[in-house]
Amino acid sequence: MSGARPDLPRWADIGLIPLVNVLLAFIVAGLVVVVIGESPLEAVQVMLSGALGSGEGLGYTLYYATNFIFTGLAVAIAFHAGLFNIGGEGQAYIGGLGVGLLLLGLDHSLSWPVLLPLAVIAALLFGAAWAFIPAWLQAYRGSHIVITTIMFNFLASSLMVYLLVNVLNEHGATSPESRNIAEAAQLPFVTDILGGFGIKMAHTPLNLSILIAVLACVFVWIYVWHTPWGYELRTVGQSERAAVYAGVRPRRVILVTLCISGALAGLVGVNEIMGVQHRLLLNFNAGYGFTGIAVALMGRNHPLGVVLAAILFGILTQGGAELSFEMPNIDRNMVTVIQGLVILFSGALAHLSRPWLEALFALLSRRRPSLKEA
Amino acid sequence: MPDDSAGPAATPAIELRHIDKRFGEVHANRDVSLSVRRGSITGIIGENGAGKSTLMSILYGFYEADSGEILVGGAARHIRTPSDAIAAGIGMVHQHFMLVETFTVLENIMLGVEGGAILRHGAAAARREVERLEREYGLGVDPDARVAELPVGAQQRVEILKALYRGAKIMVLDEPTGVLTPQETDQLFRVLASLKARGETIILITHKLREIMAVTDEVYVMRAGSMVAQRRTSETSEQELAELMVGRKIRLSLDKAPAAAGPPALTVSHLTVHDERGVQRLDDVSFTLAAGEILGIAGVSGNGQSELLEVLAGIRAPEKGSLTLDGREITAERPCGPSEMRALGVAHVPEDRHRLGLVSNFTASESALLGYQHDPAFAGGWLLDRGKIQRYCASLMEKFDVRPRAPNLRSANFSGGNQQKLIIARELTRGPKILLVGQPTRGVDIGAIEFIHRQLLRHREAGAAILVVSVELEEVMALADRILVMCGGRITGELAAREADERRLGLMMANAGPLPANEVPPDETIGEAWGEPWRGEP
Amino acid sequence: MEPELLLRTLAAALRLSTPLILCAMAGLLSERSGIVDIGLEGKMLAAAFAAAAIAAVTGSAWLALLCGIVIATLMALLHGYACITQRGNQVVSGVAINLLASGLTVVLGSYWFQQGGQTPMLTNLGRFRPLELPGVNLLNGVPILGAIYRDLISGYSLIVYIALLAVPATHWLVNRTRFGLRLRAVGEYPQAVDTAGVSVAWLRYRAVLLCGLLTGIAGTYVSIAQNAGFSRDMTAGQGFIALAAMIFGKWRPYPALGACLLFGLLDAVAIRLQGVRIAGIGEVPVQLIQALPYALTVLLLAGFIGKAVAPKASGIPYVKER
Repeated sequence: MSGARPDLPRWADIGLIPLVNVLLAFIVAGLVVVVIGESPLEAVQVMLSGALGSGEGLGYTLYYATNFIFTGLAVAIAFHAGLFNIGGEGQAYIGGLGVGLLLLGLDHSLSWPVLLPLAVIAALLFGAAWAFIPAWLQAYRGSHIVITTIMFNFLASSLMVYLLVNVLNEHGATSPESRNIAEAAQLPFVTDILGGFGIKMAHTPLNLSILIAVLACVFVWIYVWHTPWGYELRTVGQSERAAVYAGVRPRRVILVTLCISGALAGLVGVNEIMGVQHRLLLNFNAGYGFTGIAVALMGRNHPLGVVLAAILFGILTQGGAELSFEMPNIDRNMVTVIQGLVILFSGALAHLSRPWLEALFALLSRRRPSLKEA
Repeated sequence: MPDDSAGPAATPAIELRHIDKRFGEVHANRDVSLSVRRGSITGIIGENGAGKSTLMSILYGFYEADSGEILVGGAARHIRTPSDAIAAGIGMVHQHFMLVETFTVLENIMLGVEGGAILRHGAAAARREVERLEREYGLGVDPDARVAELPVGAQQRVEILKALYRGAKIMVLDEPTGVLTPQETDQLFRVLASLKARGETIILITHKLREIMAVTDEVYVMRAGSMVAQRRTSETSEQELAELMVGRKIRLSLDKAPAAAGPPALTVSHLTVHDERGVQRLDDVSFTLAAGEILGIAGVSGNGQSELLEVLAGIRAPEKGSLTLDGREITAERPCGPSEMRALGVAHVPEDRHRLGLVSNFTASESALLGYQHDPAFAGGWLLDRGKIQRYCASLMEKFDVRPRAPNLRSANFSGGNQQKLIIARELTRGPKILLVGQPTRGVDIGAIEFIHRQLLRHREAGAAILVVSVELEEVMALADRILVMCGGRITGELAAREADERRLGLMMANAGPLPANEVPPDETIGEAWGEPWRGEP
Repeated sequence: MEPELLLRTLAAALRLSTPLILCAMAGLLSERSGIVDIGLEGKMLAAAFAAAAIAAVTGSAWLALLCGIVIATLMALLHGYACITQRGNQVVSGVAINLLASGLTVVLGSYWFQQGGQTPMLTNLGRFRPLELPGVNLLNGVPILGAIYRDLISGYSLIVYIALLAVPATHWLVNRTRFGLRLRAVGEYPQAVDTAGVSVAWLRYRAVLLCGLLTGIAGTYVSIAQNAGFSRDMTAGQGFIALAAMIFGKWRPYPALGACLLFGLLDAVAIRLQGVRIAGIGEVPVQLIQALPYALTVLLLAGFIGKAVAPKASGIPYVKER
């Protein structure tokens, strides 16, 4: 039910309420910091300077943001079709598996410029495949996507443990990891590229994947708002009956949309496996899927909003790490708390502030004519 | 508690005084007063949207009136919640039954009046009482049957039983026959008679004249939120009530030339369709629609017209029978979806404007694309040309006088008439060979009605075959060249427009064969188990 | 397998099932009232932390239990407020609660105890210890029966018995009481409850509170009965397995109990088989066994094993229609 209420001006509906919601989340987070006995303002300062104040901090921030963009877009595009993909976690994991398998197979014969498009395709395919079964079950058997994707997150996790413990681990090694991929097959770090131009920057995990993230945003923007299929996707999300009237087949749209969603989440694998870890390992997907939900909610499901929210969460993640360093009382899991609060206030409690704002606007508009009279 | 019957017979069982209720812009009840004699059956009749159901919801505590008074047995009562109403001795049989389908009859009856924290303790007494009531009123339902397995008529009797069990002395029935078969309707009327014989007061809300004449003692007529008349049933006639219900509308005077009907554009033969619940909706429907004519379909809503439109538009596949248009035969084995239908030159202005015709949250220009999203004019290659779509929408708005001329305004923010004009503009602009129109002017202001009618006629002149479904008889008579009457999923009559008058049509609509089997509009899908899909934008 | 080992595996299964059973009953009560709860995990985790923290500080297991319950109930109230009063999206609210719990427990824990999110190891003081039922020694001499009594019936902590009692209690509450009748009605068709003059919101709030109570007990069990302290994310998805078990049990208490026991048994067997080679098969992939609950639930949801029909109104905020 998006704001059919005429009582608020449209700009307030689109801009003010989301802002107020995010603000509320941060105020509550600030209270937690106060409870811990630290100053929230100081904490913000530490976080900002830690995340943006140095080339190193900035690099990490953008590296995290890259992953958040992928999972945020994944959640956002599904939202537009009225679907809640809670399985970004598993899709990212399996997407990484796809990239890893590809690289382990071909890293000695091909170099990264050739492997990159292949890795992207592998990530997309594996991510989409992991979304396909829940998508199919939702579209054709009516099994609820939320539950099935939760189950698939756990299934992905079990599968990865199995593969890394029993199949893909380096011979003789005890740790559940694959061998490292050849250096020529690794995505170049942004530091190294800039270094090539004589620009010096601290070494960070930021790599070429961020360009893929930008491309993914453009793709989602074009697909959802500028193609007939995106139009159909949004129609299904708004009203399935109107979609049927318009000659759309909702089941197919659901299937396709969720596969695209899974594919986008799968791209996390390119960043992590090809860009940073350079091997398959456990839990490289740590929490990115759930952060994607916060990013999508905060970014109002628009690619631009997703980018901004992803950068904000990148700042929080990197700044949080810095914060736990500077203020040992604050654990870096504070970021998870903030994510939870953003999801709570921007999602489940999205209408909390509305009555107050409506009353405020009513008060203001009542006052205006009386001013004119005076 | 319901007062003892010792009170003077002159005290009305229920009196409503100057009830007024608004929902935002809509003035649902305007200064409505009404008085119901104890032990009588009083009818409230009016068209859909006349405000009957709102009035009864106020009486039952579902809404509170903005102003006005409710007197029960002569004493003013504040009825703010259904429990207040129940305490005042008012029971209600809702149009959509308030029964938990997975429960047994007894569980449903006990819900809210369990008689103790442990079910077992109250159950025995409840069963005795239910069995007594059942015998006394001849309701014939098994207390241990599961509601989902009962036929609709029996479910309704459970509702009556529920009200009686709660000690209701005043029973309100909201459109009770809409969902019943003729036999079930007769049975309901027998039950009502026996309730009346035992001193119950009954208020019957309906839009069916026949029922009012058959069972009520007194009748009130509502129109557009106001109470416009009160009559003794014995002193009035169906005709008078019909006039009162409809009021004197402005005469629709359309100067129209006689139709120059051309060759058949659409042939429908032996069409049969059941709905999702297995209720038969279309029963062996056959007719032809010629180019250059307007064929009107008249009938009480819910008699298969909606399903007919859906089949013709490709939304629903035929089960038996076929459609032939443009040399193509469409059958169950070779169905044809909405987009293929559009490609064959069929345009469709749907009955349900808000849910089908446009998307409330889309801008006007996005809604103007609905159904034509793959039209190469806008989707050259892979991309939609948004500028072009906006200009196109602006030109539609210009041609069809849609106000405000704002292609970027949300569709929901246009008035009903302007929404309809936009939809008609979208469907007419490609010069379809066959035009299907459902309720062309429902909820549309008078100025727009005339405009819409003239557009349809112009299109007829241009040689299109037009099918108009409307529950407004006057509209059908004014627009159509030929009129088919539907009842119970069948075509029960055909008239040339010049031979038609309300009486003849009315007879065909009601008289022919059994009453409609089922009048509930296909339920708004209550969503799947896990609820409404998440809408993204909060 | 020798009988000794069998008994011990079964007993381990019951211990592993205990939090599942409590959470499944919690989820069942919530969902039967129409409130979808994917936040079982978060509530259990928060309760586990609260209980371990209080036990570490006070040394009182009972106080710890109380605190676990209070915290879980508060979180349940938050969920209720978002879903019932604010009519927010229930899944979104559940996700938020899981993240909040996962983050807050570590943030507060590492501040209070400075052990990287863990609470101090508890000694026997402040824990729920296994109880020895009367007569164990007496029956010890009896063949078979004595061993069964000693290993399978006696020797659990109090909360295991509470969990086992919670099942008939839930069954009784849902099916035999006035509250249960209304609860089931409100999850199927809240309009019917409303027109019967009963408050939909209050009913749902009470269901949500009961859900908080049970998840609180479950969390307490995890941290101070099953383990001797809290460690980060220690519930490790058991809330979701409980959710799966509830669905597997088709939203009914006894079948849900069956599913919990089955899932607990799978877990116990998986632990037992870790690294074990079985002749002819080789090493059993433990992950496969651990993944079974999820796979089975997906199959069930897909309609391949019977049909799981959720309460009709679950997930839908109740709005009085106009």
